[in-house]
Amino acid sequence: MAAGLSLHDLKKSFGETRALRGVSFDVHQGEILSILGPSGCGKSTLLAIIAGLETPDQGEILWDGASLAETPTHRRGFGLMFQDFALFPHRNVFDNVAFSLQMAHLPNAEIRQRVKEVLELVGLSGFDKRDVNTLSGGEGQRVALARSLAPYPRLLMLDEPLGALDRSLRERLVVDLKAILQKSRQTAIYVTHDQEEAFVISDRIVVMNAGKMEQTGTPQAIYRHPASVFVARFLGLNNLIRGEVSGDVVNPVVNTEIGSFPISGRIQGQVLLLVRPDSVQLNVDGKNQLSGIVKETTFRGNTCRAVIIVNGVALTFDFPSNVSLPEPGERVGINFQPDEILQVISQTE
Amino acid sequence: MAASLDGGYIALRLRFQYPVRLKLAAPLLWLPPLAFLVIFYFYPLGRILQVSFARGEGGLPALASQFMSTPYVARVLWFTIWQAALSTLLTLLVGLPGAYLLARYEFRGKSFLLAVTAIPFVLPTLVVAIAFSALLGPRGWVNLALMEILHLPQPPLQFVNTLGAILVAHIFYNTTIVLRMVGDFWSHLDPKLSQAAQVLGASRWKSMLTVTLPLLMPIILTAGLLVFIFDFTSFGVILILGGPHFTTLEVEIYNQTISYFNLPLAATLCILQLVCTLSLTILYTSLSRRLSRPLSLRPRSYTQHRLTSWSSRILAGLLVLFLLGLLTVPLIALATRSIISIEPANSQQPIQSPKLTLDYYRELSTNRTGSLFFVPPTTAIGISLAYATTTVILALCLGLPASWALANNASSPLSRAFDPILMLPLGTSAVTLGLGFIVALDRPPLDLRASLLLIPLAHTLVAFPFVVRSLTPALYSIRPRLRQAASVLGASPLQVFRVVDLPLVGRALFVAATFAFMISMGEFGATALITRPEYPTVPVMIYRFISQPGAFNYGRALALSTLLMGITAAGMLVIERFRIADVGEF
Repeated sequence: MAAGLSLHDLKKSFGETRALRGVSFDVHQGEILSILGPSGCGKSTLLAIIAGLETPDQGEILWDGASLAETPTHRRGFGLMFQDFALFPHRNVFDNVAFSLQMAHLPNAEIRQRVKEVLELVGLSGFDKRDVNTLSGGEGQRVALARSLAPYPRLLMLDEPLGALDRSLRERLVVDLKAILQKSRQTAIYVTHDQEEAFVISDRIVVMNAGKMEQTGTPQAIYRHPASVFVARFLGLNNLIRGEVSGDVVNPVVNTEIGSFPISGRIQGQVLLLVRPDSVQLNVDGKNQLSGIVKETTFRGNTCRAVIIVNGVALTFDFPSNVSLPEPGERVGINFQPDEILQVISQTE
Repeated sequence: MAASLDGGYIALRLRFQYPVRLKLAAPLLWLPPLAFLVIFYFYPLGRILQVSFARGEGGLPALASQFMSTPYVARVLWFTIWQAALSTLLTLLVGLPGAYLLARYEFRGKSFLLAVTAIPFVLPTLVVAIAFSALLGPRGWVNLALMEILHLPQPPLQFVNTLGAILVAHIFYNTTIVLRMVGDFWSHLDPKLSQAAQVLGASRWKSMLTVTLPLLMPIILTAGLLVFIFDFTSFGVILILGGPHFTTLEVEIYNQTISYFNLPLAATLCILQLVCTLSLTILYTSLSRRLSRPLSLRPRSYTQHRLTSWSSRILAGLLVLFLLGLLTVPLIALATRSIISIEPANSQQPIQSPKLTLDYYRELSTNRTGSLFFVPPTTAIGISLAYATTTVILALCLGLPASWALANNASSPLSRAFDPILMLPLGTSAVTLGLGFIVALDRPPLDLRASLLLIPLAHTLVAFPFVVRSLTPALYSIRPRLRQAASVLGASPLQVFRVVDLPLVGRALFVAATFAFMISMGEFGATALITRPEYPTVPVMIYRFISQPGAFNYGRALALSTLLMGITAAGMLVIERFRIADVGEF
C-alpha cells in the first residue's frame, strides 16, 4: 500500500453541475503536489472532500491504505489553508495559531512553545499579541500558514493561498512558502490557477478541467509535453494548427497548412500541431523550416513577441528583448529544431 | 493655462451647484417632524416627569428610595424583569436553531416559511392573546377536544392566567425577530471560519461554540435586547393571558391610570420603566461595540447549501414543522373557532355538536344588551378605519420631510443629531405615550381631551419611526445620477419623474402607508388609556367583549380578532411584496 493519500474515482455533483467526474491520484509522503486549473474546474470541491467538509457521491479516499470515509473532518489530521485565510477575527495571532493545539487539549507550556516555533518558521516572531484584523495581506497569509502547520498536519492543503495578494508579493511569497514547506518536510496539496506558482512550488502537477484530470506529471514534463489541447492552451501555448498524420508507421508525417513535418509517436488521423512560441530563430542562414510576414511586434519587458503570418496562419513567437525584431510587413525566415518546437496533440478530447 | 481656467470653472460650478434656496430647505424640512415630536412626545414626557415629582418632596433620590421600599412596586418591577428575561431566553432557544436553518440552507418552501414568520410580528397583541385563548383557553380547541374525548365537565387544561401563557405568547411574538435578525446576519457569515476550525481539530459542536457563536454574539445580543424590551413593556399579552395575578410595570401604569386614577404613581412607574429601557439600550450599545469584529460578509449564494443527507432533511423538516406550528396553529385556531359554533348560549347546557356558522360575525351589528351606550362592533370597525386613515395621512406628512432630509444629506450634523431622536418613540412603551397624552394635553392651549384627533396623533407617534425607516432607504436609493442618466438618455423632466422617482418612492410610500395603517388598526396600549367610550377602536372593542361573560361576547371577540388578523396579515404580505430595502432594520 502506498504511503500517503490515495484518491479513487471521486465523483461529486451539485444538482445539475458535475463538479468532479472521476478523479484518482496519489500524493506521496513528503511530496508537494499542485492541482492546476481554471476557476470552477472542481479544485476547491476536491479539497473540501479530502478535508471531509463535503462527502463524495462516489469514490474513496485512503490514507496509508485505510479509508477515511468514517473519519470526520476534525479527526483527519489534515490542514487546510483557505484562499482568504479565514483567520478568526475574534482571536489574536497567538490564539489563532494555538487553536488546533487548544482543541487537542495540550498543556499550555507546550502550546506556547509550538506557537513560538511556527511563528518563527513563518518569520512572524513577536506577532503573538497582534489583532488579526490589523495584519497586512502577506502577514495574514503567514499567520494562516502558521495556524495550519501548528498541529503537524500529516497533509496540508493550500487553496489558492496567494490568490488574495497582489502579483509582486505573490512572486516573493511562493518562494518563501516552498522553503517553509520543504523545511518542515510537509506533504502538501497546493491548489492554484496560476501556472507559474504551480511550476515554482510543486514536485508534481495535476491539471484539472471541468471536474476531470487532464494530465499528471512533473512541471517540466507538463510544460514540454502538454497532453491535451486544454493543457496547451491553459499554459499559454496557443500556436495550434489543424493537421493530419500520414506516412507509414515507422516514419509518420503531419501535414498542415504551414507545411509537413516528421513526427515521433503513434498518433494517427486528425491532430493538432503545437508550435512552441520559444526557442526559434529568425533569418538564420541555412535551411529555414518556415517563412512568413511579420504582422505586429510587441515589447513585453524581458521578451518581445512577434505575430508572423505563415501561409495565412498567424503564429506567435517570443524572443529575448535584445534581439532586434523586423518591422511589420517584412518577410522573415523561421528556423528551429523540429523535435524541440513541434508536438502533435490528439484532437479528440 | 487652460487647466487652471478649467479648474476655476469647475470650482464656480461647484459653488453654485446648490442654489441657496435648497440649502435653506433642509433645515426647513426638519421643522414639521421635530415640532410634532416636541409637542406630542417630549412635552408629554416632561409632564409625566413633572407629575411624578409633584407627588413627593425631597427630589428624585428620596422618591426613588421611598418608591423602591414599597414592596408592591418592587414586586411588580421584579416580575417585569424576570418574566422578560425568561421570555427572551426561551425565545432565543426556540429561534436560534431556526435561524441556523434559514441562514445556512436552501430548501423548498423557505420563502413561504419566511413570509409566514413575518405575520406574528405585526399582529396586534390582542389578536395574539385571543388566538392563544382560542387554542388553549377554557373555550379553546384543545380544551374542548379533551372535554369531548374524556367526557369532562370542566376544561382540564389551565392555560389562561398562567405564567406559561405569557411565556408562550411572548415566544410566539418575538421568535420572528430572532429568526430574521440572527438568521440574516448568520447567512452572510463566512462558513469557511467554522470549516477552518473543523480542519484544525474542532468537532462541529466545538467549532460552533468557539468560533460561530462568539462571532454571532453581537447580533444575538441585539436581537435579545429588542426581544427583552418588547417583553419588558408587553401589555396586551399580560393583561389578557396573564390575568389579574400577573402585573408588569406597563399593566400597572394602566391600572393606576384607569382603575385608581392615581396619575402621580402612574407617572413615577413610567419614569421607572423609561430608566430601565434606557439603561438597557446604553448597556447594549457599549457591549455590542466591544463584541463586534470586522467581518468580511459573504453573499447568500456562497454561504447556503442544499440539504443533502436524509437525517439532515428530517431534522430540518421537523424544525420547519415546529416553527410553522408555533406560528400558525394559534392563528388557525382563531380563524376556525370564529366560524364554528360549539357551545350553548348558556354555560349550564352541554356542549353542542360543532356547526359551521357566521353567527359571531352577524352578532357584530346587533345590540343584544339594549344598552344606550352600546356601540355596535361594525361601528368600531368604521371608527378604526377612520383613525387609521388619519394616521396614514399624518404619518406620511411628517415622515416624508424627515426622510427627505435624512436621505439627501445623511452626513450633515443635523441628520446625525436628529436621526436617533426620530427613533425615540419606538423605545417608549405605548402606555407611557398614552399617559403622556393624558397628563399633557388636558389644558389650554392644547386641550385635546375631546378631540377626535387625539388617537390618530398617538398612533402617528407609534407609526412615525416605521414610516421614516421605510421611506429613507428608498429616497436614498435615488441618487442624482439616476435622474441624470435618465435625462441624458432622452427623458423629459416629466418622464424622469414617471420612470425614476415614482416607481422607487411610490413603492416605499405604499409600504410606509401600509405600516402606518396596520399599526393604527392594531394599536392597543396607548389607545386603551385615551380612548373615549363612545368611539371605541376594534382592539378596544375586542377587549370589552372578552372582559364580559357569555359565549356570544367571546364569539364576537373571536370574529373581530379574525377580521383584524386578516387585515394585518394582508398588510404584511403587501409590505413583503413591495418593500425595497430591509424595512425591519432598527
